[in-house]
Amino acid sequence: MNINETFKVSLEALLANKIRSSLTMLGVIIGVTAVILLVSVGEGARLYIETELTGLGSNLLIVTPGKVDTRGSFRPHSVGAIRKLSYDDALFIKRRSQYLKEAVPVILGTANLKYKNLSRDITVIGLTPEYLQLRILKIESGSFVTQVDVDTKKKVIVLGRTAKRELFGNENALGKLVTVGESRYRVVGIMSKKGVSLGFDFDDVVFIPVTSAGELFDTDKLFEIITSVKNPENLDKAIAEIKELLIKRHSNKEDFTITSQSDILSTMQTILTIMTGVLAGIAGISLVVGGIGIMNIMLVSVRERTREIGIRKAVGAKHKDILIQFLIESITLSVVGGIIGIIIGAGSSVVIPFFLPFYLPTEVTLWSVLLAFFFSAAVGIFFGIYPARKASLLDPIESLRYE
Amino acid sequence: MIVLKDIKKRYQMGDQSIDALRGASLVIKEGEFISIMGPSGSGKSTLMNIIGCLDRPTSGSYKFDNKEVSQLNDDELASIRNEKIGFIFQSFNLLPRFTAIKNVELPLIYSRVSSNEWHKTALDAMKSVGLENRLNHKPSELSGGQQQRVAIARALVNNPSIILADEPTGNLDSKSGEQIMKILQGLNEDKGVTIILVTHEPNIAQFSKRIIHIKDGAVIKDEKVTNNRK
Ligand SMILES: Nc1ncnc2c1ncn2[C@@H]1O[C@H](COP(=O)(O)OP(=O)(O)OP(=O)(O)O)[C@@H](O)[C@H]1O
Ligand SMILES: [Mg+2]
Repeated sequence: MNINETFKVSLEALLANKIRSSLTMLGVIIGVTAVILLVSVGEGARLYIETELTGLGSNLLIVTPGKVDTRGSFRPHSVGAIRKLSYDDALFIKRRSQYLKEAVPVILGTANLKYKNLSRDITVIGLTPEYLQLRILKIESGSFVTQVDVDTKKKVIVLGRTAKRELFGNENALGKLVTVGESRYRVVGIMSKKGVSLGFDFDDVVFIPVTSAGELFDTDKLFEIITSVKNPENLDKAIAEIKELLIKRHSNKEDFTITSQSDILSTMQTILTIMTGVLAGIAGISLVVGGIGIMNIMLVSVRERTREIGIRKAVGAKHKDILIQFLIESITLSVVGGIIGIIIGAGSSVVIPFFLPFYLPTEVTLWSVLLAFFFSAAVGIFFGIYPARKASLLDPIESLRYE
Repeated sequence: MIVLKDIKKRYQMGDQSIDALRGASLVIKEGEFISIMGPSGSGKSTLMNIIGCLDRPTSGSYKFDNKEVSQLNDDELASIRNEKIGFIFQSFNLLPRFTAIKNVELPLIYSRVSSNEWHKTALDAMKSVGLENRLNHKPSELSGGQQQRVAIARALVNNPSIILADEPTGNLDSKSGEQIMKILQGLNEDKGVTIILVTHEPNIAQFSKRIIHIKDGAVIKDEKVTNNRK
């Protein structure tokens, strides 16, 4: 029997039972929509993390005090290291390393920031000038902390957007004196907007020279040393080199941890890929349930049309004619359902975030669309083959007698 | 040419078995017009199904045009049914969702006839049963006699050499029944189609040229009809 005719016959049969066909399709539609939607949320999260991390500067190696064994883990939050990391450590590795471009000592703390009668607690980052470039930050007006400021322990401060706005409003802040802790600092620069990166608000901070920060917090322990590698291909060599240099300086003890941005990235990627896979799998289950719905309806349909099958066989339909006819019906249900599901899933992935009160990054990917399409087709074949085979194997005489 | 030799058909139902045919032998030549008569349950339909290649005998030999068909597989039987045999049933067996002309096209879609000839071929068949003005009626919109004529059109659309009719007039009033018989008679006489029909009514059997009587699964009498009805 020619394939056009088979298609026509199958479609007519489906259209003859519009409500039933639509309800059956609905199962597949929901399944595919869920797959597309959940995968696009997972994929969106993955891409978000990726851009955020690259937005924090690439080719970065971060040295933190204290030893954490797991490679590629998050930075340890405890600074309770046995041996501190010092400003001199940072200078030392920068001077002696052949792979590093920069090494920026960072002291992190919270202090009270006051201007006139306004005051608030704020994150203070003590740093050297290169920090700006490593973290891909921009100055909006004035200037950043300079090397001279660092060397002379000058009390200058650069304000993040939020800090500036909350303390000064529309007033010009440059050149004004603010109180940080007990000391007075002169505002030399205002940062451009950076926004929240991985939960850290780069606008709600102030920057001061690392030496001044040491004095402010009365410490010579660094929070971290941020280093950048000249050539990203030498990342592993740079890690080994820093280790060697620092172990020597720290009386042969490895009491620090080196984390690379790409480690964090790949860990996050792995976690999110697994998460996306799990989500897709869960959604896939509903697609399978949709498939069972198709099978159920096809079995009913075969039973209802037993006599039709008998008649077709009596006038010469072969096994495969009947098989294909019913298989096309189930595949049509699943593929049309799949396509509708893809459209709804992709559409809502794009539209839904606009209506949510929080930020939800979504990304419709080609692979999830293709996967959903072929999976739904496969569901149609898998769950259609049994009813279709059953139909094709019916005995013509018994079918003709069936009431 | 049909040659049945010692055909037996046994139905197994659990541990009980029913012998529907117990050694039926029969020769039917091309162009014959035969009635099969016999009491209910004597095996007439069973015999028709075997002749029509819808079923296989349990044992015995069945030669159709010198070809042994009793052991062919389902698809080979399907081809023979499609190309050589037309069926007419007591209960019409039309597809209710399809129009008359679509029903008549049905054997063509499983044949080698190319799709652009289907409509014309089916139309010719509808004309030959006088229903060219009922092409787009569904079976439910036709009278019993008209439905059976659609069934005849479907049976002859593929130019079969044999038409098998199992009580074709059983559900019809006598006038429609006669109309059907005249059509079958015309096919037999004008086109030389072999016609085998099962009937309980002697006056219907009188349209044929030969009557075969069956009892308990075997042929008990084979008579020629002299001066048959026209
Ligand atoms: N599928 C089947 N399974 C079991 N027994 C069957 C089957 N088909 C037919 N029979 C039995 O075979 C015998 C012959 O049946 P068949 O239908 O050939 O009779 P028939 O001569 O056509 O009768 P009628 O005139 O009532 O149509 C009957 O006893 C019937 O019960
Ligand atoms: Mg019968």
